[in-house]
Amino acid sequence: MTEKASILEARNLVVVRGGVAVLDVNELRLSPGEILSVIGPNGAGKTTLLQALAGLIRPQKGGILFHGASVAGEASLAYRRRIAMVFQEPLLFDTTVSANVASGLKIRGVPRDRIAGQVERQVTRFGIAHLSDRSARTLSGGEAQRTSLARAFAVGPEILFLDEPFASLDPPTREELIEDLDRVLRETETTALMATHDREEALRISDRIAVMNGGKIVQADSPQHLMNRPADEFVASFVGMETILRGSVVSGGGRGTALMAIEENGAAKGPETAASGNPAVIEIVGAFPAGEEAVCVIRPEQVTVSLPDGMEGKTSARNVFAGRIAKIARKGLYYKLGLDCGFPLAAYVTAGAVEQLGLAEGTNVVASFKATAVQVIRHGASRSASRGE
Amino acid sequence: MDLILEGISKAFHLLFTADAEVFGITLLSLYISGTATLISLVVGIATGTAVALTSFPGRRLVVSLINTGMALPPVVVGLFVTIFLWRNGPLGFLEILYTPAAMILAQAVIATPIVTGISLAAMQQLPPKMRLQIRALGATRFQMLFLLMREARLPLLAAVMAGFGGVISEVGASIMVGGNIKGYSRVLTTATVMETSRGNFDIAIALSIILLLIAYLINLILTSIQQRQRPR
Repeated sequence: MTEKASILEARNLVVVRGGVAVLDVNELRLSPGEILSVIGPNGAGKTTLLQALAGLIRPQKGGILFHGASVAGEASLAYRRRIAMVFQEPLLFDTTVSANVASGLKIRGVPRDRIAGQVERQVTRFGIAHLSDRSARTLSGGEAQRTSLARAFAVGPEILFLDEPFASLDPPTREELIEDLDRVLRETETTALMATHDREEALRISDRIAVMNGGKIVQADSPQHLMNRPADEFVASFVGMETILRGSVVSGGGRGTALMAIEENGAAKGPETAASGNPAVIEIVGAFPAGEEAVCVIRPEQVTVSLPDGMEGKTSARNVFAGRIAKIARKGLYYKLGLDCGFPLAAYVTAGAVEQLGLAEGTNVVASFKATAVQVIRHGASRSASRGE
Repeated sequence: MDLILEGISKAFHLLFTADAEVFGITLLSLYISGTATLISLVVGIATGTAVALTSFPGRRLVVSLINTGMALPPVVVGLFVTIFLWRNGPLGFLEILYTPAAMILAQAVIATPIVTGISLAAMQQLPPKMRLQIRALGATRFQMLFLLMREARLPLLAAVMAGFGGVISEVGASIMVGGNIKGYSRVLTTATVMETSRGNFDIAIALSIILLLIAYLINLILTSIQQRQRPR
């Protein structure tokens, strides 16, 4: 099967501000109909990337190809008329909802009768038909962002750029709008590029996710690959791998597993540790040469916590550690435990489990996780060696 | 008190009998101040918009100069316009000193910083990303400027009101560069000054009432446009 031609391609894109390269992307391709999310912390360069790709700012270096043709210079206006962008703020004009939805079409010189039909379709699609004659200034945040989305879809964009479109909405409104946007994107088969700092949001609607840090794309992969095979510690941390441990392989290859010694207090991330006398050696799946240095990452939902009752050996989990709860914090519907097992280990438990086991800071517990739950990021290869079950 | 009542009575008499001289002075005032305001709108809105939307070295200095210009004393403007238009001055070859053209020039100089300053503030109060949003909607540069001005239309109307109000009521520059020549360069303010100095308070009051009425009517029209545009 031949690879689909890219609808948008960026090569060696560099944007410099104040003498500093705030964007430095070697290559990024977008396939027709694909929904790509760009995630990363504040200042990672997500917005700059979107603005550069949308032709709103001029990069100092590099090129952008739309259907294989450059969008620089005189082609810029024609390109901008085939795309649309929605910002974090709705940025509506001080006029009615329907006039706002029509604005992109008016700018393009579309005849009035065609505008009316298109506006009608979009306001209905986004559930704002009853607000058509209302002044945009009187809308709630959610209604305003729906209007902004309707305005963007009204021009029939080949690519839709979304810059944190839900960031300033309250959670219930955000939920509704994410669902609606996902539905409309799939219905219209619109190619989309969305910047967000919310990985859950990205996971919900994306075909592919690119993680940015320091102006660079660190990894661009399918959500499943990204979650299971983070390219480095930063990506691991950003996709929710709460436990990140540096270490070196002490024996490898035996019975399909290897043993890795965790550096003394050498956690890349996690709560403070205190010596607890446990051997900081964990079992991982795969064949690794002894002495190889690597990073182990463990998702907190993969860690099981129980009270010490002498049954530690009777489990299929290959990694069982006695430890102490160093920190306990509520995280919505569940609790996050910061465990000190001689190395820091994070675990999620439900409120029911906390109550039933009487878990509190200082409680001695046993933490266990399977060898298959450990993702290994090999330093030399700069890629993860995930071993799924 | 009698003086005031007599003045008001005389004023209404002059108004309702459409006194030819008063009528002529009123029309000339409207012509000079209206033209000066139009010139200041073209120059002021363009300059205010340009300064608001661009960044360049010394921008802060330019903004502070514009803001200072908003409080430019009309007599100072009158002095410098006179010097410039004096026979030996840099613009002496125009030979327009003591003509309505010179008064238009002086009033435009007074109104332009006012319009520029208010336009600058009006454009700056728009969301910074509005420009990007308009570009993303596929706008040309001209369409973007038009849409930005439309978004700032309420404060821009305030600029029109302030500019016109500033020049229709000024007297110092008009006397200095116009000369208050009867039937030629005499306007409401200069005529009021002259009639007051002569002790003709009834005529002076009549001219003042006309001046106030003009200012009120113009601002009433602009205010009703502004408030109709105000989102409910």
